[in-house]
Amino acid sequence: MKKYLKTHEWAELNGKIATVGISNHAQEQLGDVVYVNLPEVGKTVKAGEVFCSVESVKSASDVYAPVSGKIKEVNKALESTPELINKSAEGDGWIAKIEVSNPKEFDNLLDKDAYDKFVKDSE
Amino acid sequence: MDSYIPHTSQDVNEMLEAIGVKDIDSLFSTIPAEKRIDSIDLPGGMDEFSVLSELRKMAYTNASADKYSYFLGAGIYNHVIPSAISQIVSRGDFYTAYTPYQAEVSQGTLQSLFEFQTMICEITGMGIANASMYDGASALAEAVLMASRYTQKYRALIADTVHPEYVETVKTYVVGPGIKIESISHDETGMVSVKDLRSKIDDKTACVVVQYPNFYGIIEDLKVIKENLGDILFIVVANPISLGILEAPGKLGADIVVGDGQPLGIPMNLGGPAFGFFAIREDQKLVRTMPGRIIGETVDVEGKRGFVMTLQAREQHIRREKATSNICSNHALGTLYASVYLSLLGPEGLKEIGELNLSKSHYLLEKLEETGHFKRVFYGEFFNEFVARTDLDVKKLQKTLFKNKIIGPLDVSRLDKGMQKHLLFCATEANTKEEIDKLISVVEAM
Amino acid sequence: MELIFEISTAGRRGFIPPKLDVKGYNLSNKFKRSTPPRLPEVTEGEVVRHYTNLSRLNYAVDVGFYPLGSCTMKYNPKLNEYAASLDGFSKIHPYQDESSMQGALEIMYNLQEALKVISGMDAMTLQPAAGAHGEFTGIAIIRAYHRFRKDFKRDEMIIPDSAHGTNPATATMNGYKAIEIKSDKNGMVDIDELKKIVSDRTAGIMLTNPNTLGLFDEHILEIAEIVHNAGGLLYYDGANLNAIMGKVRPGDLGFDVVHFNLHKTFSTPHGMGGPGAGPIGVKKFLESFLPVPTVGKRGEKYFFDYSHKHSIGRVRSFYGNFSVLVKAYAYILTMGGDGLKRASEMAVLNANYLKAKISKILKVPYDTRPCMHEFVATTEPLLEHGVKALDFVKRMLDYGVHPPTVYFPLIVHEDLMIEPTETESKKTLDKFVEVIDKITKEAKENPKLLIEAPHVTPVRRLDDVRAAKQLILRWK
Repeated sequence: MKKYLKTHEWAELNGKIATVGISNHAQEQLGDVVYVNLPEVGKTVKAGEVFCSVESVKSASDVYAPVSGKIKEVNKALESTPELINKSAEGDGWIAKIEVSNPKEFDNLLDKDAYDKFVKDSE
Repeated sequence: MDSYIPHTSQDVNEMLEAIGVKDIDSLFSTIPAEKRIDSIDLPGGMDEFSVLSELRKMAYTNASADKYSYFLGAGIYNHVIPSAISQIVSRGDFYTAYTPYQAEVSQGTLQSLFEFQTMICEITGMGIANASMYDGASALAEAVLMASRYTQKYRALIADTVHPEYVETVKTYVVGPGIKIESISHDETGMVSVKDLRSKIDDKTACVVVQYPNFYGIIEDLKVIKENLGDILFIVVANPISLGILEAPGKLGADIVVGDGQPLGIPMNLGGPAFGFFAIREDQKLVRTMPGRIIGETVDVEGKRGFVMTLQAREQHIRREKATSNICSNHALGTLYASVYLSLLGPEGLKEIGELNLSKSHYLLEKLEETGHFKRVFYGEFFNEFVARTDLDVKKLQKTLFKNKIIGPLDVSRLDKGMQKHLLFCATEANTKEEIDKLISVVEAM
Repeated sequence: MELIFEISTAGRRGFIPPKLDVKGYNLSNKFKRSTPPRLPEVTEGEVVRHYTNLSRLNYAVDVGFYPLGSCTMKYNPKLNEYAASLDGFSKIHPYQDESSMQGALEIMYNLQEALKVISGMDAMTLQPAAGAHGEFTGIAIIRAYHRFRKDFKRDEMIIPDSAHGTNPATATMNGYKAIEIKSDKNGMVDIDELKKIVSDRTAGIMLTNPNTLGLFDEHILEIAEIVHNAGGLLYYDGANLNAIMGKVRPGDLGFDVVHFNLHKTFSTPHGMGGPGAGPIGVKKFLESFLPVPTVGKRGEKYFFDYSHKHSIGRVRSFYGNFSVLVKAYAYILTMGGDGLKRASEMAVLNANYLKAKISKILKVPYDTRPCMHEFVATTEPLLEHGVKALDFVKRMLDYGVHPPTVYFPLIVHEDLMIEPTETESKKTLDKFVEVIDKITKEAKENPKLLIEAPHVTPVRRLDDVRAAKQLILRWK
């Protein structure tokens, strides 16, 4: 089940691994993604910290780690096809897989309805 | 009355009516009344002839290279400037054009900058160059900031043979980010002391900065320096006109090459404006921390080749407080001088210029030493400048030279109190044998 | 058009260097270049033709109306160009003896004095090479000032959300946190918000006045009091100085540091993006922090003054963009005090005239009061026809007009920021209004014309996405 942040990232927990990316709303706002500054595998991240950035022609956005842990894998496909994020931000356009250090952090994230409402309210 | 503002009183009245106000002053009603002024305390305007007369008077009191021979370098050089350059750069379509925000009507600007970027890459041996910075000193400062951003380290080592004003500028820029600057000493060759470099490098070092040729004119051994750096970023400040004959810093391991473009066809202009160039090795991650405008190639909707400003997400108008730099305006017109210069000279011409500079300066040194009053200080190889120690009274020497219509060498003690009676001589392709021989005869007559 | 590398032919020369008249020197192989740089090999004629043809692809002030907001694209007088090219100004070296460059020093000194008078400030530096460079210098001075007072707590710089991007970038470069303050519904600094934001961590506030909406913030005196009372300093971004010369002085409004854009207000040309110059003026108490050297006068002699005790150091090599300074000085001599005031008056008149006419065609927010030298209009209502502000301005190119600034300031959606300047005639402005009117009609009747614009420029709309994804930053 996907959960979201107000800073427009999502995370999906599977056992000890959380797959993370930016939301569909975020990619719409960015426009055509031209580059993803992928984090290094093995790097430790803290929830709420910037761990990556996504660049379009008209902006560059910081991506905040939804949960704390260690980067286990990054989506190398984004190096050659960054537009995957536009095509499928919440699917094939995932950014990294994190081995979570504190699964309880997951409870603090918004579920889809709450996130959608948040996006609607801020428009 | 000036000749630039077109408004007749009829225009003004019609416009006020269209706006719906009774006078000009009402348009300024939002300015607090108690602070309003109604005049500027400066003399009235002047006609063109009078302005020129006044300015000419001031210009004529300056000693300049049309009347004097120059043996002074130290960062700004008297080179031969092809006449085609001023004809091209004074075209209004170039110098009254603006930043190429609307690419479709700025292809002249964009293509010339793209060609410039290519030429800078070629002479420096690097992969990517930006469309210019203000000058060599601020370009170096931005390079140090970039190295720190990229490595996330806060210590920079700068050779003490880098131009003192460049080092001062770096020191001003590093205050904000909190980067520590330390100096590397030189040895009797006039080159960076590798021993001192080795002793000072540590794992907190973001970059090492070296000048090529250095402030004393000496050609640094970039290869040997690089061998000692490991991952530390290697920043080289290069004199672009020497790169027709000197090996490209990119081939010797430089990560960033910066410098001042003034020698490439730009008049001395009392030190500005020229431009700063900024080139890096080809690297996708590094380029995204690079400051300045960058021009890229693309196509239009009909598939026609065109050029645009690209990677703008690094810049201030998009990234704002997270931008790689606050730079907005660059020195694009300066790059046009350089592009035209490099196009006119070509690889052969640039090499010949290098050979001429080498030959003139070495001839000058030989003749100076023959007088018995000057002795070369550093024995490393030099390009068009060298330091010589003299037994003559420096002030008297300068005055005598000046009386003979010669602008003499730099008194190095001006910038470094420890180097009394040390003179930095420069000779370029603009100094004829006659001029050099004349300087020698003036010295001998003292 | 072909690149100059594509017309290159091996063996051609465009300039023959002077002949070698002394003994040749052979550089040791260790330092010699291994492969020649691939520079073009072309004749002088080919170079001239290439660049002449390139220049003809450009739009420029010398070609037509260039209403870019906050850029002040006024006419660039040719007298200035000629003056700066005089041998006595262009063929001089920064390190030659001061006694041999008194004329140059005199110009710099006189320019310093004139700018002080215009702005109401006490001391100047002409060193910064651009507006952003001046901003960097000014904020560095503020930082040095607080630290000198041992007030190390101040790490915040307040910046309106309507500010030019260089402002927050400058704050960051100086180690400050940029604290954004929202504009109120009238487009001014929100005073209540400001009172909440200032604290003993406030180093200062950066203001453009009139702001980037072209509105003079009438609360300026209150803003100055609030920030000064909190112990902060006021920085004036002089990009919009063209609106107020001879009407009010930033120094009298409470500003402690002021920067000028000589390439905007003082008519020096923009040169495809530079060089300009960004001198800084400060109040007396900040004089000792100025970068060195400034230019001083003792009796009848001018000299480089290195005496500023707490100087922030240098922000560049040598003294400033001297030839740009000469041009600005020539302009000030030509216009005189009365001429500069008239320039501001006509600039403001032109902007208000355009606003009156354009507000009948496009929506103009903040229209309850006079604007200054620029104003903002929005094409937002045209979104329902599928037309964005970008499409609107691209269509302007087909009419031979350069678009205004788009998508800035950020606080108005689909906005155009229009600054006519004083050197444009009523006739030019009327033609511009006609073009806006035509395009607005096209947007409603035939939006495709705009969405696919431009049609008749040397190249049509360019693929930005491709340029950023497939990075080709040089010829290979």
